[in-house]
Amino acid sequence: MRLSLPARLFLWTVMGFGFAFIYVPLTLVVINSFNKNTSFAWPPTGFTTSWWSKAATNEGVRDAITRSAIVALTATAIALVLGSLAAAAIARYSFFGRDAISLLFVLPIALPGIVTGIALNNVFTNFLGELTIFTIIVGHATFCIVVVFNNVAARYRRLGSSLEEASMDLGANRLTTFRLVTFPLIRSALVAGGLLSFALSFDEIIVTTFTAGAGQNTLPIWIFQNLFRPNQAPIVNVVAAALILVSILPIYLSQRLTQEKSAS
Amino acid sequence: MATLDTIRRSLHRNVRARIATLLALPLFWLVVLYIGSLAALFITSIWKIDTFTSKVVREFTLQNFIDVFTDKAYFNVTIRTLFVAICVTLICAVIAIPMAFFMARIARPRSRPVLIALVITPLWASYLVKVYAWRTMFYPEKGFINWLIEPLGGSSPGFGMFAVIIGLTYLWLPYMVLPIYAGMEKLPNSLLDASSDLGAKSGRTFFSIILPITWPAIIAGSIFTFSLSMGDYITVQILGGTFQMLGNVVYQNFSLNLPFAAAVALIPVIIMMVYLGSIRKTGALDNL
Amino acid sequence: MCAAREGGTVRVMKLRKFAALMAASTLVLAGCSSSSDEEGSGAYAGPVKDTPGTINVLAWPGYAEDGSTDPNVDWVTPFEKATGCTVNVKTYGTSDEAVQLMQAGGYDVISASGDASLRLIYGGDLQPVNLDLIPNYKDVFDNLKDRPWNTVDGKNYGVPHGRGANVLQYKIGKVNPAPTSWSVVWEPNSPAKGKVTAYDSAIYIADAAVYLMATKPELGITDPYALDQTQFDAAMALLAQQKPLVAEYWADYTKYIGAVQSGSITVGTSWQVIANVLNGEKETVGAVKPVEGATGWSDTWMISSKTEAIDCAYKWLNHIIEPSVNAQAAEYFGEAPANSKACALTANKDHCKLYHAEETDYWSNVYYWKTPTENCLDGRTDVKCIPYAEWVKAWSSFRNS
Repeated sequence: MRLSLPARLFLWTVMGFGFAFIYVPLTLVVINSFNKNTSFAWPPTGFTTSWWSKAATNEGVRDAITRSAIVALTATAIALVLGSLAAAAIARYSFFGRDAISLLFVLPIALPGIVTGIALNNVFTNFLGELTIFTIIVGHATFCIVVVFNNVAARYRRLGSSLEEASMDLGANRLTTFRLVTFPLIRSALVAGGLLSFALSFDEIIVTTFTAGAGQNTLPIWIFQNLFRPNQAPIVNVVAAALILVSILPIYLSQRLTQEKSAS
Repeated sequence: MATLDTIRRSLHRNVRARIATLLALPLFWLVVLYIGSLAALFITSIWKIDTFTSKVVREFTLQNFIDVFTDKAYFNVTIRTLFVAICVTLICAVIAIPMAFFMARIARPRSRPVLIALVITPLWASYLVKVYAWRTMFYPEKGFINWLIEPLGGSSPGFGMFAVIIGLTYLWLPYMVLPIYAGMEKLPNSLLDASSDLGAKSGRTFFSIILPITWPAIIAGSIFTFSLSMGDYITVQILGGTFQMLGNVVYQNFSLNLPFAAAVALIPVIIMMVYLGSIRKTGALDNL
Repeated sequence: MCAAREGGTVRVMKLRKFAALMAASTLVLAGCSSSSDEEGSGAYAGPVKDTPGTINVLAWPGYAEDGSTDPNVDWVTPFEKATGCTVNVKTYGTSDEAVQLMQAGGYDVISASGDASLRLIYGGDLQPVNLDLIPNYKDVFDNLKDRPWNTVDGKNYGVPHGRGANVLQYKIGKVNPAPTSWSVVWEPNSPAKGKVTAYDSAIYIADAAVYLMATKPELGITDPYALDQTQFDAAMALLAQQKPLVAEYWADYTKYIGAVQSGSITVGTSWQVIANVLNGEKETVGAVKPVEGATGWSDTWMISSKTEAIDCAYKWLNHIIEPSVNAQAAEYFGEAPANSKACALTANKDHCKLYHAEETDYWSNVYYWKTPTENCLDGRTDVKCIPYAEWVKAWSSFRNS
């Protein structure tokens, strides 16, 4: 497609503005993690690296990160299994009620998080008695299933069933077909879905506020508790800056993975 | 192993059994746990509370719905919330569509993963930290925005609806860019070439070809921005000043008056269900 | 019920049965809640043993400092070391939040104000406290013992922590002259318009009532928690008048501190601890009890009815009102301590005088937080007063209007 010059200029401007819009606040976060003044007035008056060393030794942060990681891994694992099972059924077969079930699988992310949160809180405090790490995991897994489902279902649709049929024509049973043919093909969709699900769970605050019990701090809850405290807010910025830096590589790699698979 | 074999064979022959096996666990989770807890929540909206201890009392009453529908304040907050959600969706779309088009069609194929990674990376910075960064930017005297526009004679707009809209747009922009990018990727080059061969300028090609084809993807992105904005209360607390949205109403009431909060929570749920129902035809749900 | 007809009957009935089953199971599911609160079992007989355990403490900010706010301010770690009990502290911003968290479960000990304590007692969330097991209780000021908000039917439910007034805080230099009246937050011509703050809880309606007691005596308000419909409407009208002046409503004290530091808030209702922290961060603020009086609180340490670490809980209660600890806490927060012996141990020898711990006059126009009920708390029987649930409704409507 040939683009006129004004069109090209327009697109480049929007790209520039868009990325500036996205990255100015993040840059501010990184700068503030070195800010001497705890009130984050702009421009900053002085710089220090003490917050980074304080963050490294802060027990509350480490405990929160560990718990967040455990919750995210477990929720993602549950989501990978349940999401791909459902995706296989919805994308491959047509049956009565398929549309309704498809809709069902959109609800956890289409309905506001606060509704999910208070619904789960109501059920957990009335039936289970108290909130534990399991209640957090259940809450997260519910929307993680949707994320994985979307990715895997999209991949199933793109693949078509011809390869699987060919495999079974050649004598492999369904299980072997899945193991040797289907799974390698959907693997990158599982990775992409899993990564996104992990990211969403790791950063989830709205539902977690309602499903986490006393002392059960995930990282976002720890951040929420310390966000405004004069002595802790810079540490929060350190944590955020570290997260951004740590996550760039896995994201890039996963994107390369999906790109290669779909390039055909 | 004989039983395993029989199971395998009967599953192979019987399509329904296969579907049922696949769906059993996921459906159990979503229907029993998720829908079940939603139902248990919305049931409470027809119950009362003990006025002193704030605990739920299982006596039938429609008072909660009467309160929600007759009090003008709740009508106002619903309209305000809808307005914010629509603004956020529109602004996100206006920014995301050109960006997605650029990334999918103009950028070199090798730089595409880099660009997408750059768009996704903010999702890994904590939601709270991003909102707080905007809070410091909006400070009336010492904020970044104030510092930026004071030489031009302006001043920070401060906390309120405008700040909330900007904050929410910032947060949900990646959720809008990704589906639209996927949609733009699928645009057949042949159509675009044909369009310019027939003499259409870029603008005409955009509105007549690109927009209609990627429309489902745009709608898919809008589901995220719309629903996430409808229910948000944390960004509103941090950037809103005295401004409130539906999420705040639910949050304020859920501990002391769960039936009432459940009645209010029905509002965004109904709105989203209507929205989802009306976009099913566009095929957006396959584009998520 | 439509008459059954041949043919379609079976299907319709099956559908109805199914629907009924779904509805019933939902109700049953929702009905199978935890057993309604068992009648408050008697207090712990004791004696307090040395069993190690973990207690989750719900506290007002500043009440149970464990070094996380300021490494030098810590009276939790010494307790942990001495008793072998682990303490996890969670702070909350409003009594409503406290009630919700206690009802959700998982907390063993709470410092509750008068507007939360009775709701929790009647809700079965707290257990009576055997004061014989708390040696330090005998030194508590007599006028804080056996008060209506911590003693029900002759049973004590906790030990007093301290009391104070909700102060008017102002940024020195930004609000001139230094205010002595609440008018600076209520009147439309306030010099601080747009930079005022107010407490984000329905209980703040009482603050409006306190102002009306002075400015509109014809309303006849004697107790800001006992408001009949006319008085209540006047208070809500005053709040509506205040709204354009307000920058933000606060419930999180750390957010409040940040807002004052950033300049978005210059004056409003506050706690002494907030002013103390701000002054420590070189944001000079002043804090006064204005001439009209103020709402206030008298807080009690109470024990959950579902705690599993009862010995640690009792040890905590005894520790927190021990004279030296009570002195530290009262001084850090900025309130009058509950233990009479604490006055001799405060770093600032005038602390108790400053906070009027041993007087009675000062407290005559401090109206401790309590939960409004339909039976007027000021004793009137000719009218019905507005109960707290209605306060919450009106507040929610007001905040969203």
